[in-house]
Amino acid sequence: MKLRKIIEKLQLKVLTGQENLEAEVTGGYTSDLLSDVIANSKNGNLWITLQTHQNIIAVAKLKDLSGIIIVNKREPDGDTLQKAKEENVLLLGSEEKAFDVSGKLYGLIGSKD
Amino acid sequence: MFKPFKADLHIHTCLSPCTELDMSPKGILTAAKKKEIDILGICDHNSSENSLAVMNAAKRMNISVLPGLEVTSQEEVHVLALFDDAEKALKLQERVYQNLPGENDEKAFGMQVIVNENEEVLGLNNKLLIGATTLPLEEIIQFIHSFDGMAIASHIDRESFSIIGQLGFIPDNLDLDALEISPAITFEEAKRRFKYNYPITCSSDAHYPEDIGKCFTSFLLEEGTVAEIKKALKNKEGRKMIR
Ligand SMILES: [Zn+2]
Ligand SMILES: [Zn+2]
Repeated sequence: MKLRKIIEKLQLKVLTGQENLEAEVTGGYTSDLLSDVIANSKNGNLWITLQTHQNIIAVAKLKDLSGIIIVNKREPDGDTLQKAKEENVLLLGSEEKAFDVSGKLYGLIGSKD
Repeated sequence: MFKPFKADLHIHTCLSPCTELDMSPKGILTAAKKKEIDILGICDHNSSENSLAVMNAAKRMNISVLPGLEVTSQEEVHVLALFDDAEKALKLQERVYQNLPGENDEKAFGMQVIVNENEEVLGLNNKLLIGATTLPLEEIIQFIHSFDGMAIASHIDRESFSIIGQLGFIPDNLDLDALEISPAITFEEAKRRFKYNYPITCSSDAHYPEDIGKCFTSFLLEEGTVAEIKKALKNKEGRKMIR
């Protein structure tokens, strides 16, 4: 499923990276431990987290993730937004909890692993 | 004029919910003496309320006690804050308390006992010391330095609550004084695993008296202070780490 569709269905707010919404999402990964995301997420995954530190951008870039959903109405730090713009990483915001966002995404695309 | 000092910079007291009453000033100092530790860092979770008690109890002993805290950042990274002056540790504590939500549940997490230098219980802290503050790591480090303190990333070899576990890698804008490894790995292993441009210290993170000094860092210093250790970490003015 394309990012654009997921953003619409999950009612996500696009914070940065509006240009690449036609990319295909390969699956989801939910975790707040960045070391775990580095070790276990897959290329093209949409990453669900409440971490807002700027390192999330580097991790998304490193793992070639399709985007990051920051849950629970958390606001990304200023550095994080700046870095996301520079690196052209898709940063999305959700009002909902990680559990709900993950459940809804699973409902849309299932688990691809 | 320089002397070798054995430093264990990361000790919890009975104030941390995950410890018992045997981590009282006397309990800690007796164990430290047995292990010939010269410098002790008192770092309870998000609090420094027992630092002064241990400092006072150590007055007639030949041990330098550094007041401090182990602060939990918003990212759930543990960072040690050590000072020469208990007042400054309390300033950081004030900032931490203003940004630390929740109340302790003794049944779930344990008692948080405040004591004095004579082993008397002064009261219980009811904050959720085991919780995370809402302060970003960067801000905590800046605050530590603005009070002439020393900021050390705790137990970077562990998965949980460490900077590398939580954040994947160490961001390069951070002004840390050192990275700490736990007794679980050796300096040699740490050098192989962590290619960062920071000095590496080893401390026990003791929660039980018998763990004090299990791992330590040796320094060549004039006296056992944070100011001296900071110089040693930078290899300045003859101060240095010795292995
Ligand atoms: Zn810790
Ligand atoms: Zn600790």
